[in-house]
Amino acid sequence: MAKVPKPNELLMNHAIPGTAWMDTPAVFKPGNFSYPGKAKNLQVVGLPNPREWSPLDDDWKLPSNWKQIILEGLRELLQKYRSLKLFMDICVRCGACADKCHFYLGSGDPKNMPVLRAELLRSVYRHDFSLAGKLMGRMVGARDLTEDVVKEWFMYFFQCTECRRCSLFCPYGIDTAEVTMAGRELLNLVGLNIDWVVGPVANCYMNGNHLGIQPHAFKDMIEFFVDEIEAVNGVRVEPTFNRKGAEVLFVTPSGDVFADPGTYTLMGYLMLFHEIGLDYTWSTYASEGGNFGMFTTNEMMKRLNAKMYAEAKRLGVKYIIGGECGHMWRVINQYMDTMNGPADFLEVPVSPITGTRFDNAASTKMIHIVEFTADLIKNGKLKLDPSRNDNLVMTFHDSCNTARGMGFFEEPRYVIKNVCNNFHEMPLETIREQTFCCGSGSGLNNDEFMEMRMRGGLPRANAVRHVHEQFGVNALSCICAIDRAVLTALMNYWVPDVTVYGVHELVANALVMEGETERTTDLRGEPLPGMEDSENEDI
Amino acid sequence: MGMRFSLIAVVALVLISFLGVWGAGLNHFFGVAVPYLAILALFCGVVYRVLKWAGSPVPYCIPTTAGQQKSLTWIKQSAFDNPCTKRQAVGRMVLEVLLFRSLFRNTKFEMGQGAKLFYQWEKWLWFAGLAFHYSFLVILIRHLRFFTTPVPFFVYGVEKLDGFFQVGLPGIYITDAIFVLAVTYLLIRRVIIPQVRYISLPQDYFPLFLLLAIGITGILTRYFIRVDITKVKQLAMGLISFHPVVPEGIGVMFFIHLFLVSALFAYFPFSKLMHAGGVFLSPTRNLPNNSRIVRHVNPWNYPVKVHTYQEYEDHFRDKMIEAGLPVEKGADEIPTPVKG
Repeated sequence: MAKVPKPNELLMNHAIPGTAWMDTPAVFKPGNFSYPGKAKNLQVVGLPNPREWSPLDDDWKLPSNWKQIILEGLRELLQKYRSLKLFMDICVRCGACADKCHFYLGSGDPKNMPVLRAELLRSVYRHDFSLAGKLMGRMVGARDLTEDVVKEWFMYFFQCTECRRCSLFCPYGIDTAEVTMAGRELLNLVGLNIDWVVGPVANCYMNGNHLGIQPHAFKDMIEFFVDEIEAVNGVRVEPTFNRKGAEVLFVTPSGDVFADPGTYTLMGYLMLFHEIGLDYTWSTYASEGGNFGMFTTNEMMKRLNAKMYAEAKRLGVKYIIGGECGHMWRVINQYMDTMNGPADFLEVPVSPITGTRFDNAASTKMIHIVEFTADLIKNGKLKLDPSRNDNLVMTFHDSCNTARGMGFFEEPRYVIKNVCNNFHEMPLETIREQTFCCGSGSGLNNDEFMEMRMRGGLPRANAVRHVHEQFGVNALSCICAIDRAVLTALMNYWVPDVTVYGVHELVANALVMEGETERTTDLRGEPLPGMEDSENEDI
Repeated sequence: MGMRFSLIAVVALVLISFLGVWGAGLNHFFGVAVPYLAILALFCGVVYRVLKWAGSPVPYCIPTTAGQQKSLTWIKQSAFDNPCTKRQAVGRMVLEVLLFRSLFRNTKFEMGQGAKLFYQWEKWLWFAGLAFHYSFLVILIRHLRFFTTPVPFFVYGVEKLDGFFQVGLPGIYITDAIFVLAVTYLLIRRVIIPQVRYISLPQDYFPLFLLLAIGITGILTRYFIRVDITKVKQLAMGLISFHPVVPEGIGVMFFIHLFLVSALFAYFPFSKLMHAGGVFLSPTRNLPNNSRIVRHVNPWNYPVKVHTYQEYEDHFRDKMIEAGLPVEKGADEIPTPVKG
């Protein structure tokens, strides 16, 4: 594992190299790439060319006809996606996207400018799919597909978090995520992928979730949180699993079952559902909200996503509620119904507590936990004591996917402002649709990639530091499981005084539950404001 | 390298038309054949390119959402940044195409001491882009006077507005100046911003030099090396009515101008200039964000291999029973072997 330089040792040089980009090879060094996919994981889901290899080796053990495979694959993708075809053709290289990428800002590597990232593929497209490129070659920015080009693709298509910030600023809406997703699809054809993506994919396929938690263990882990909650406020919540006939199926990223601080958010869900008496069930089969298939191939996204509707159908629920997650919600909003719908066996979601009909999910029949909770609060169905969060000076990080792949801005803010008294926004250029990526999305949240993650996360951290210095912000909330894990690392690195929270953890802190004992601590066991001495009194 | 190549190409175009008309007297070729071929190439090329794009489907509804979605009734949706209906999506497209709304968001980063990032106001690219496209549009409209008898009222209207600052005779059109200045800005910007220079290809410089040459030759024909306007109109009317005539003595500068415009027309469909057509087809902009409300259909959607619940239960049945999880089949029932 690469040693990560300290913040003050991290050099960021935005000067342009002396050599043309086509003559500047990609150099793999510890910290700037993710480990390759393990053969056993590729085999589980039947991905091509399983083998052991390393980006640091000269020989990547590609199949002998790799070039033909990739070019044929590109031809097929161009026929399947108008987006790709269009984005290969209409870029004018105005450069408006260049400094909108967090990886470019944090690394200074010009190939992280979205325009140049796309040119890595465009140059090959020109060479093999355009007349000018065939005739004039490099003169018109075309180049032959060589192994070095493939290596460069591997480097830079896995240095993109598919956050789509660049596409917001592009005058033609050119979306680098479409290019990167196509690029990763092509790389997968010859067995080039990263284990932090393929491992979770294989786990999710066989065990139902990215972390590979088996059914009995999944139940155990949730039940552990039941005990934890009881220890905090004396209320014993009673979750059910794989229960037929429940009204609602609840699906959330497995990351929150596994690691702090996401676990506290998950405890929040348990407490909220218990308090309102929701008739819901967990599923151990569809125990993953996230979808690392999205970072592999289109087909893999569909194969993993299929479990949600299949399980909803098997259990006979009326509709699905989804937990706080970023890319999960891009999949649900923009892909799920198209891929695995129509969900005509489900009903348009109606909140059993408020009677609100969620017509905005009339076809997918799946609603976001935060819009569900916002509706509860708006209708006065929750007893909340926001002063329990008074020790927190809060700001909110919009996740890329819910921001630019959905437009989910007011719902989380409404909830947060009802459960926290101190809230400050980060600067406008860094929130809502212009939000900066955590730097670790799209399957890049692995340890070996840490240096690039800290670089890519700099613009986000920089904005947090700004409100930390200006308003004393000490808490960063988010509605994404990957964010909860990676922003914690990012804050430790750049702004150590700031702690990361999920929105439903904050809800649960403020939630006054029926039959609760006097609360002295938050879900983390930290004393509530004004209760700092209560533990001492007990002794 | 790209810049020099493009400049030489444009100079070559100027020389070809100059020598062709002034030297070889190919007035008919440059006055009739070339414009016809160019228009044909433009028309066929644009249709071909658009059909080629349209030949690939839009499998998913992938708008880049730039504002609040439509959700609960008491939350205000931002209709033009996150359209939910086709009508709202049209509204977004109108703002995009007519006002370059996305480009208007542009900022410029600066890095201060201690890895501090700042985002500066930067609307010059937007401003120059808008100025260039609109002045070009006005100039095209003004040129309609050559192709129409009688000249439509709006052409007079545009001319009158455009010639607001009349200095001597003939009146100076503001758009001529704006056009040249805007293109010059776009060119200079491409050269002096290191990042933009680094990504620039010959096909980025070529249209800029070409447009500049078109602007300059146009201005020359109007103010400095005057050409005979009545004869130009005669030629234009001949072209449009398919009875081409090439009157004597129009002046070589006109032919150079016409040839450069023809080159632009012929080049247009085979270049990045097709962004003009492409923006209308861009799936991140022209779709409403309503895929939770209405199912978006993917024409090539195909069945995939999934790990079914049955296979999952077969794999974990004993553990599930032990943990008290409900199962479909009891442990005593022999699970049917499942392939895969």
